Amino acid sequence: MSYYDILLKYNDLPFEKIFREFSAQEIERLIHSDSQDPERFWALLSPAAEKWLEPMAQKAHALTLQHFGRTIQLYTPMYLSNFCENECAYCGFNARNKMFRRTLSPEEVEKEAAFIASTGIEHLLILTGDSKVKSPLSYIKKCLEVLKKYFSSVSAEIYALTEEEYADLASAGIDGLTLYQETYDEAVYQRVHKAGPKKDFRFRLEAPERAAKSGMRSVNVGALLGLSDWRKEAFLMGLHAQYLQDRYGDVEIGASLPRLRPHAGDFKDISEVSDKSVAQILMALRLFMPRLGIALSTRESSLLRENLLPLGITRMSAGSTTRVGGHTIASPEEENAPQFEISDPRDVEEMKTMLAAKGYQPVLKDWMQI
Amino acid sequence: MEDLLKLGGRSIKSRLLIGTGKFSGYPLMKKALEAAQPDIVTVALRRVDAGSKADNILEYIPKSCILMANTSGARNADEAVRIARLAKASGAGHWIKIEVVQDNKYLLPDNLETLKAVEILAKEGFIVLPYMSPDLSMAKRMADAGAAAVMPLGSPIGSNRGVKTRELVEILVREIKVPVIVDAGLGSPSDACECMEMGCAAVLVNTAIAIAQDPVAMAQAFKEAVSAGRTAYLAGLASSGSEANASSPLTGFLRDEA
Repeated sequence: MSYYDILLKYNDLPFEKIFREFSAQEIERLIHSDSQDPERFWALLSPAAEKWLEPMAQKAHALTLQHFGRTIQLYTPMYLSNFCENECAYCGFNARNKMFRRTLSPEEVEKEAAFIASTGIEHLLILTGDSKVKSPLSYIKKCLEVLKKYFSSVSAEIYALTEEEYADLASAGIDGLTLYQETYDEAVYQRVHKAGPKKDFRFRLEAPERAAKSGMRSVNVGALLGLSDWRKEAFLMGLHAQYLQDRYGDVEIGASLPRLRPHAGDFKDISEVSDKSVAQILMALRLFMPRLGIALSTRESSLLRENLLPLGITRMSAGSTTRVGGHTIASPEEENAPQFEISDPRDVEEMKTMLAAKGYQPVLKDWMQI
Repeated sequence: MEDLLKLGGRSIKSRLLIGTGKFSGYPLMKKALEAAQPDIVTVALRRVDAGSKADNILEYIPKSCILMANTSGARNADEAVRIARLAKASGAGHWIKIEVVQDNKYLLPDNLETLKAVEILAKEGFIVLPYMSPDLSMAKRMADAGAAAVMPLGSPIGSNRGVKTRELVEILVREIKVPVIVDAGLGSPSDACECMEMGCAAVLVNTAIAIAQDPVAMAQAFKEAVSAGRTAYLAGLASSGSEANASSPLTGFLRDEA
């Protein structure tokens, strides 16, 4: 039994029909219910719920305050390498893209770390492309030795691993894993992942569970909104989070709402996800899982991030760049392409100022090496 | 004679302990603390950023308060012990609130792992206050293992639902020799007052103050409610009856014999 079995169960359901079956009265009742039944989550994501966004927002805000208070945790991503063996149609690091590739040396990692740490950031997210040759686990562990001197907690967003490999990283000091399924629709998944190790849908789908078993403190899932019907994606992503939370109580489960951004790739068949839909997903998730950590990255604009802030967000990135060595290492822009373009370029100080103005406390440190 | 709480070898005046999470900023938290006038303040060590002057929470806690680090984030006894030792080594003192949670859905404590941590830390000389589910045998074991107090939850952390565990907490108040301090779930000053009327030694409040519209005024309200509840307890509450007792319907016949 894994989440794959649950996914198969839902595969044959006529989602289009289900999402239209709720009456206004049912939606109103379900907003105020505390049920953790998947059907309630369907209802909150349905078109019928679009007329109830304000009451959903009120409840989402109250739940978030209750469980997380007026605080937002800040983190910064650091790209270690952009070598990649995958051909993901939506990604700037696609192996077929002719671009400048590099893997940071330990000295360069230290330079980046010193700069990010100087902004006050204590929680770092390291990222690599999918290449066990160019950024193997031994390399990541070597980087970690450097990073631990600068940050109180380091999480990773890297290629899917086995349980033993996750346990190895956890004992080396990686506290959390972020791994997006991209799409829960296996057919779409195979279409957009044209080649490379990532083509193994099930190995990736079950990776968050392997990480949860391995001793990691936090595991963060996500669907890349825009690859397929967003209601279905959000629903299956939320169920994935619930599946993990129900089974691995000692792991903090989180979810992210990444929306497809312009990139140097050939994926043009983007299914539209409006700001309103992103807000609906966020609120439905919060009502469905009151204690879920929810991150909103700089893929979204400053204004949208600020507006979504009170509706369920618990973590935000600041001072982001999606280029390898993008914080301190100069290279001609055309040679060092980003993974995707960011929309919110604000640095840590600016984010702190914004949060304070909105009545939120920026939390820079929320864990430490013990 | 002044009514003081004997705890950890100290005589404590305020029976309102304050938690420091969830505030919109440290300056506001400081003002709330000044209004509540607690003697004991708990801080999650995971949040202490000692390297940062502006963002170091410890700078905003009145120096007169006893700092009680908590082990928030610990998933087992071993992690709680390591966090406690880290707190002591970093100058956060030797008062420790043990929180061991393996349940991120409701944040309910793991009593067994908590007991193990109490046993180890009490031996090492810490003043140990375990956050626990109100279970009599566990509370006894924790007290026997050297806990300075036991801290049963009123309802789940942050739920603001009040003293849903009242029956169980009352048993602890009657049976446990160390102070019983209700921690978690108190949503309003009347909940805190209720705990004090029941004979609890103190209460610990965080969320209800931190996320109130006006945390400073709410801190003041909790202070007054705790004080009123304590006074009522000491005054000896009359037992409540639902009807007036104008006559003695069952024993009236005895008077006739006189």
